[in-house]
Amino acid sequence: MTGPGSPAQAVTSPITRDEVLRLAQLARIDLTDAELDHLAPQLAVIVESVAAVSSVAADDVPPSSHALPLQNVFREDETRPSLAPEEVLRGAPESEQQRFSVPRILGEDA
Amino acid sequence: MSDLVRLSAAELASALAAGDVSSVEVTRAHLDRIGAVDSAVHAFLHVDPVGALAQAAAADARRADDDDFPELLGVPVAVKDILTTKGLPTTAGSRILDGWAPPYDATVVTRLRKGGQPILGKTNMDEFAMGSSTEHSAFGPSHNPWDLDRIPGGSGGGSAAAVSAFEAPLAIGTDTGGSIRQPGAVTGTVGVKPTYGGVSRYGLIALASSLDQAGPVARTVLDAALLHDVIGGHDPLDSTSIDTQWPSMAAAARAGDVAGLRVGVVKELGGEGYQVGVQARFEETLTLLVDAGAELVEVSCPHFELALAAYYLILPSEASSNLAKFDAMRYGMRVAPEGVALPSAEEVMRATREAGFGDEVKRRIILGTFALSSGYYDAYYGQAQKVRTLISRDFEAAFAQADVLVSPTAPTTAFRIGEKVDDPLAMYLNDIATIPANLAGVPGMSLPSGLAREDGLPTGFQILAPALQDARLYAVGAALEAMLVDRWGGPLLDMAPELTVED
Repeated sequence: MTGPGSPAQAVTSPITRDEVLRLAQLARIDLTDAELDHLAPQLAVIVESVAAVSSVAADDVPPSSHALPLQNVFREDETRPSLAPEEVLRGAPESEQQRFSVPRILGEDA
Repeated sequence: MSDLVRLSAAELASALAAGDVSSVEVTRAHLDRIGAVDSAVHAFLHVDPVGALAQAAAADARRADDDDFPELLGVPVAVKDILTTKGLPTTAGSRILDGWAPPYDATVVTRLRKGGQPILGKTNMDEFAMGSSTEHSAFGPSHNPWDLDRIPGGSGGGSAAAVSAFEAPLAIGTDTGGSIRQPGAVTGTVGVKPTYGGVSRYGLIALASSLDQAGPVARTVLDAALLHDVIGGHDPLDSTSIDTQWPSMAAAARAGDVAGLRVGVVKELGGEGYQVGVQARFEETLTLLVDAGAELVEVSCPHFELALAAYYLILPSEASSNLAKFDAMRYGMRVAPEGVALPSAEEVMRATREAGFGDEVKRRIILGTFALSSGYYDAYYGQAQKVRTLISRDFEAAFAQADVLVSPTAPTTAFRIGEKVDDPLAMYLNDIATIPANLAGVPGMSLPSGLAREDGLPTGFQILAPALQDARLYAVGAALEAMLVDRWGGPLLDMAPELTVED
């Protein structure tokens, strides 16, 4: 498995087939072998291309997370109408007793 | 084709106000047009004839009862399928949301409803707005009305194709890296990305929250301005919404003027990599501006060359986080993994996301997961955020020399369906001229600048203004449009081929 490296190492060729599989697992997406064959080389090319951001010397440049200055916005803590439970649950894959019904979360031994 | 569908939104508003026509008649004419051409164009994922006609009847009743009504009362509109519509399917072009009907309206939709504008239906798009062609829609591509074998741009190709094919006088788009402007350019229509925070994002299914903006799609600059006035303005439900009093965009369009305007031509957005006919129409358009009394200034924005790379790190990073909510638990698709007796929630999640997401969504989620992962964060995402700062500084310097900046909207005219669908980098290059505005949050407009000589397809002219100066886009755009239409002897869309109509 490709582990984390220093930025200089990272820019070389961090995207291998195994690394794509690991990232997909982190992102909770199953990939078939055919998809891995298809996506891994494409992602390697994309990563190589976007690595161009490293070409600019920017030690003294502050990062921007947003285009325009943001500040936190507060509102009064007051009761407002909300959706009825049946409206909220209408799109649920499964529900019971006014709750979302989900697959098991813990291991079978837990 | 009914003459009603050829009218602009402003003309329809006048005819409705004069009592020459009813909203029911106007809405029915557009529904008929959709029925006649949309099997070929595929601009819509969902059409709502019953709802639209009921809203039209309500608009007619409101007009009869009350003297004080919104200018666009009764003028129908199409909505990109990334905005939630209560009780109407909303898929964002994804299999994972197939069949979902949201329990609430996006603020943009609420404002359309308050304004009495019938909603014709939901328009096609690249899945979760990831793409420049609509080919990444899970429900099949839309087709460019100028040549049905070609793409209508993306991600909002459905909205642009709908107005270009006279299926709707107006549509709503969203623009994260050019998804309103580039479809406008390749379909010969007008599209505007407002200042970030100018139009509420509440109910807009987020792709990249720091870049997404909803905006108007139309056939004329004035129509776009009228729609902008309806959907824009502060919304307490969106904490990034700007709390300010905006001037009327329609008033700016009606006063359109370019005399004395300093027009900055961005050196880095043009020339090499731009199709000959696109560049030629761009330069001709500059000549028109000069003839009308504008002054050209060449400006340089050196960091724009890194905009595409920064964007394809920032966007996937935000998208990988935003799309984590599609987890098969509360809404949308749920798929059980094969051959697992009692699957865990995590196994269901993985199987559902495998089945529900298309290739491009998977690529970008994996890319974003990579860019944010420990060890790579500083070299990729962190560095991209610094480039973003440098791009904003380039804009500041350029706007110190010029009132507006201009460029071709897209480097080429519409390409053929299938040509770039499996070459992500080639696809990403379509947005090279539109992305900087999203990174800096400034407003941008694309309007038609003519047809490229080599292929006879529409080209787009992009105008960018400083943040909050959206009205300037409309003033300049409307003046320029008047000169271009005068030169062409009529609107550019008059030169589009007639679509074969089904009975």
